[in-house]
Amino acid sequence: MTSSLRLRAAIVSIALFVAFVGVWHIATRSTGAVASMSPEYAKLMGVTATAGKSAMPGPFDVGAKLWEHVKQPFYDNGPNDKGLGIQLGYSIARVGLGYLLAVIVAIPLGFLIGMSPLINQALDPFIQVLKPISPLAWMPLALYTIKDSGLSAIFVIFICSVWPMLLNTAFGVAAVRKEWINVARTLEVGTLRRAFTVILPAAAPTILTGMRISIGIAWLVIVAAEMLVGGTGIGYFVWNEWNNLSITNVIIAILLIGVVGMLLDQILARFTRMVTFPE
Amino acid sequence: MSTFDDPFDADRELSRAGCVCGRHRSAAEHERAALALRCEPVASGEERYEGVVASAVMRAMFPRDAARRAFLKSVGASTALAAVSQFFPLKTATEAFADAGAPEKKDLKVGFIPITCATPIIMGAPLGFYAKHGLNVEVVKTAGWAVVRDKTINKEYDAAHMLAPMPIAISLGLGAQAIPFAVPAIENINGQGITLAMKHKERRNPADWKGMKFAIPFDYSMHNYLLRYYLAEHGIDPDTDVQLRSVPPPEMVANLRADNIDGFLAPDNVCQRAIYDGVGFMHLLSKEIWDGHPCCSFAASREFITGSPNSFAALTRAILDATAYASKAENRKQIAEAIAPANYINAPVTVLEQVLTGTYADGLGGVKTDAKRVDFDPFPWQSFAVWMLTQMKRWGQVKGDVDYKSIAEQVYLATDTRKAMTEMGLAPPATSYKSFAVMGKTFDPAKPEDYLNSFKIRKSS
Repeated sequence: MTSSLRLRAAIVSIALFVAFVGVWHIATRSTGAVASMSPEYAKLMGVTATAGKSAMPGPFDVGAKLWEHVKQPFYDNGPNDKGLGIQLGYSIARVGLGYLLAVIVAIPLGFLIGMSPLINQALDPFIQVLKPISPLAWMPLALYTIKDSGLSAIFVIFICSVWPMLLNTAFGVAAVRKEWINVARTLEVGTLRRAFTVILPAAAPTILTGMRISIGIAWLVIVAAEMLVGGTGIGYFVWNEWNNLSITNVIIAILLIGVVGMLLDQILARFTRMVTFPE
Repeated sequence: MSTFDDPFDADRELSRAGCVCGRHRSAAEHERAALALRCEPVASGEERYEGVVASAVMRAMFPRDAARRAFLKSVGASTALAAVSQFFPLKTATEAFADAGAPEKKDLKVGFIPITCATPIIMGAPLGFYAKHGLNVEVVKTAGWAVVRDKTINKEYDAAHMLAPMPIAISLGLGAQAIPFAVPAIENINGQGITLAMKHKERRNPADWKGMKFAIPFDYSMHNYLLRYYLAEHGIDPDTDVQLRSVPPPEMVANLRADNIDGFLAPDNVCQRAIYDGVGFMHLLSKEIWDGHPCCSFAASREFITGSPNSFAALTRAILDATAYASKAENRKQIAEAIAPANYINAPVTVLEQVLTGTYADGLGGVKTDAKRVDFDPFPWQSFAVWMLTQMKRWGQVKGDVDYKSIAEQVYLATDTRKAMTEMGLAPPATSYKSFAVMGKTFDPAKPEDYLNSFKIRKSS
């Protein structure tokens, strides 16, 4: 039953994809209509003006460029021109560092907030105000105070991805079944041991859901931060190709950003499955 | 007569006056021309330093040149060298001199924005000008003017490409704390243009432009001042009658296509790209507003200049060299090909060629030629700084009394650059101030306040 469902879903997905590519191709076909111009003038103009080629690239242009990039992902032509593999590597490294910092801060703090109603109420207004601030708004402040663009990018990832983890951890900890806590108290288990052996496994699914949301946000933020700060990374690559109005490369970068984001999410989904338990 | 001439040459005068064949302005120029003909490599740093020290010693020992030449003719060059070395430690002195002249930091980072204005900075890397002066410079592409400013202040960059008014604004502390910056060289003169959207083909009289939206790269830029000047001369108040927005240059073409703006005053490669993609046409080249206006500059903080003076001097020499090379029309095509790849400007080669060689499509079906569309002259005239200060005051960016002369002299290093250019055999102007005309109106750098008060349209403060 399941395999038949999967098969049918796959067929529908592929059909949707083919339909989308078809519509894309038709929409970006060259119109051919072009103003008349002298041959000398035509030599100095781009293909949009001379051959009526659409400014938006078609699926075959994107496919060809993508193949080029995949063939040599790790080239290095200098500080401003590196292969996509290297750029993605830089971005993932930055995300990793910022995310790790966020985990180190969010989970213990979340535990504290979850276990103590006093701290919960006290910190609540600060969390609510800081949570909705966009990473792009943090960026200038970070650059001004931290004075280093690499560290500023990592700080911005940290400050934006800490909230879902923090709130989910707090919620997970607070929502542990009272019966289990009471049993632990009856058995005279110490606070720290109770936290690690009872509360943590019980709250783990919620904590990991929070982590999964956070990794998505961290990946989102790094692209925006790199576009602003430049240097290396997939966000910088998007901005560099945007400078050259190379929409083909921008589309390829968008696709890769989506694929990597999906992979990161799947990794955390696997961890979530490992700690889930039937109620 | 150059410091680098051989002091042990009996037939050579050590005094300073023209060259031996009489056809060059200085002996250094003569040497260079002669070497170019003989295809010999120029002497290395150490050899030249040896010559400098020996030259100084010989001049001190024989104040009258005729006596020195007679001495050399009688004993011969090698004996003379041996005799002098007996009394004066030439080798040690040369080493000390060489160390004093060597750059403190060889690995430098220079930030740039990918526009043709930064051509001398960018081309220094692929065409080897930095290497020639003993530096290993990484030119780093930057996302925008504010980021360039921040990274130079943070010391992530040692020096950077900046808009000509930016070092003045940073030194005055406009919008942030005051950090002293200095400009040893102007990157380019001319090289901008007003591009309008294709739908405004018939609407080219600026008096009709009320209500239009224009984009400029940055508030503290020559683009802002030139556009405001142009609009004001045609009776349009740039603050109330039109909208001026700061947009990063790469986004200007996309914004023009999306109909968010009606036109922009931007660096030539952005204008040409808009024409190339068929979204705009060239209304006016900036040289038609002011021929010879500065646009971008090469700037460094005072801290870098005083902390690493030799690195700074070598960097300046490399930039001056590159600028002189770029000012020659026959080199432009080669430069366009060198700076087009993704590592540098990342634009189609033909767009850059059209900008640098001056033969370009104007967006309305015609091919125009203007060899001085963009030009490269490194001398930082202090009158440029005074003009920019008057415009800053005119539009309310700087308030109160302004000491024009002292700010101009602190930020624009005309005297130091003149010295460097003379040593390199380039011919710098003798004065640091000159008068020029903007749209027909003369500017006298000695009377900035009168100039400022002569404008009808200015910010009502």
